[in-house]
Amino acid sequence: MVEIIGAYQVSLITTMGISVILALSLNLITGFCGQISLGHAAFIGAGAYGAAMLTTAGWPFAAGLAAGTAIAAVLGLVVGLASLRVRHDFLAITTMGVGFLFLGVVRQQEWLGGEMGISSIPDAGLGKGGYMVLVVLIAAAIALFSVHLKRSWMGYAFDAIADDEDTARMVGVDAARYKLTAFAMGTGLAGLGGGLYAHDVKFIAPDSFGFIESITILSMVVIGGIGPVWGVIVAAAVLSVLPFWFQFIEEYKLLLYGGLLFAVMRFSPGGLAGFVAGFVAKHKRRRAAAP
Amino acid sequence: MTALSNTAGLLEISGVTVRFGGVTALDDVSFAVNEGELLGLIGPNGAGKTTLLRAITGVITPGGGSIRLAGRDITGLPIHARVRLGLGLSQQLVRPLRSMTVIENVALAAGHARTLSPLAALMVRERSAERESALKFLDMVGIAEVADGQPANLPLGTLKRLEVARALALEPRLLLLDEPLAGLNHVEAARMADTIAALNKDGLTVILIEHNLSEVLRVCSRLVVLDNGRRIGEGEPRAVMADATVRAAYLGREAGDAAA
Repeated sequence: MVEIIGAYQVSLITTMGISVILALSLNLITGFCGQISLGHAAFIGAGAYGAAMLTTAGWPFAAGLAAGTAIAAVLGLVVGLASLRVRHDFLAITTMGVGFLFLGVVRQQEWLGGEMGISSIPDAGLGKGGYMVLVVLIAAAIALFSVHLKRSWMGYAFDAIADDEDTARMVGVDAARYKLTAFAMGTGLAGLGGGLYAHDVKFIAPDSFGFIESITILSMVVIGGIGPVWGVIVAAAVLSVLPFWFQFIEEYKLLLYGGLLFAVMRFSPGGLAGFVAGFVAKHKRRRAAAP
Repeated sequence: MTALSNTAGLLEISGVTVRFGGVTALDDVSFAVNEGELLGLIGPNGAGKTTLLRAITGVITPGGGSIRLAGRDITGLPIHARVRLGLGLSQQLVRPLRSMTVIENVALAAGHARTLSPLAALMVRERSAERESALKFLDMVGIAEVADGQPANLPLGTLKRLEVARALALEPRLLLLDEPLAGLNHVEAARMADTIAALNKDGLTVILIEHNLSEVLRVCSRLVVLDNGRRIGEGEPRAVMADATVRAAYLGREAGDAAA
């Protein structure tokens, strides 16, 4: 694989794939169920640390990855249970707090490597090309799962909760249980993405999972359109490789993401997907109006 | 079900008290709703009717007293659990899900069995049966022609009927209607009242909160009157309306005779 498309492209596609997984995982919580999270990096970090610690201790790659996923999902359930009563802006602040709490705790833990983090994480043993294929397959599976979920009755109930939680309860939807389900699924998949990230770069430190990472993932979801699967995939793929293509962007990343977030909220609150849908509708109208 | 709960009402309100800060919105209210009846719950503005309805559905938890549905104490249950036990509510202030079309609003309620467990809900995508039954309920309240409309583009009268259709789609044992006739014109109101009466004839138990007294007197079999958070009257509609306390509450303490 590496011989065919080149080592640089392989690492590019792997990075894109991991970003797509992370963005789709947050999209389950924020896009589908309407619950904002500003602390998603904590769950990515929980999965990354969990998987890396275990494979470093000798566990097989797949088992470490699965355990990291489970650890993140359990943490997500706990945070979800604790935030059931908070909504909207308060939920944003609460999840942001969880993000900082995660960082603060991890930094102090000697057994987690403290500030130095964990280095020389074992290789997955698939080769660079094989690893890329694995990441892309997982991203594709999550994308298909998202599309299915959206059309299922679970997606229907999520739509209702995102729209108006009180009315959702009025038609018998157990909003708390559905929100917890969204949290567990979204944070678990974030943990999976974190584990894949850790075994891609082979080194993790607390700084990899800070507030900026949470905002980066949220930007991808918002720019993609908050919900539409293909919009989020495109936004995640493009935003994750921009720093590769234009070296200087790395330094201006915050400025760029902040600017994009502002522009989307101001000019196209439906994000990329909303913009395209509007454009198509306009085009159709114009065609219909033409003689 | 035991013989005891059969002889008791479908819904039993006993000693329900609700306070908001220093204001007593409901003061020791008790009454029962019998299986199969169409009970009118009336009273002047601020009497506590909507508060009582909110206590029955679980939006607010009463400070005292108990609410039993079919013999089961539901006082501490969350809203969705009460809905699953057979309560259906059409709210006074319409709350459509604005991200969905009219028929999708009702089909979600019609699919209450599908949404019971999140995991089971994830397994099913088929919605056609629920959409079909949703259309039936929309037709019942006379708004089938706007099934594919967006709630944001529809007048209040239509949204009121959407609320009723959504409550009906839950296939409740007890239907709670909070001013379903408000916002409807004379003809529409009479038609909606007829629809409610017909549903009741088919066996549905209904509590109707309504200011349109002529329609209430026309369709209800029994009335409960609230004033200032207390139950001040109960019984056969004509007799209740002839009661001096009820007339005074409705028409003002002094103006009772003059207005009559």
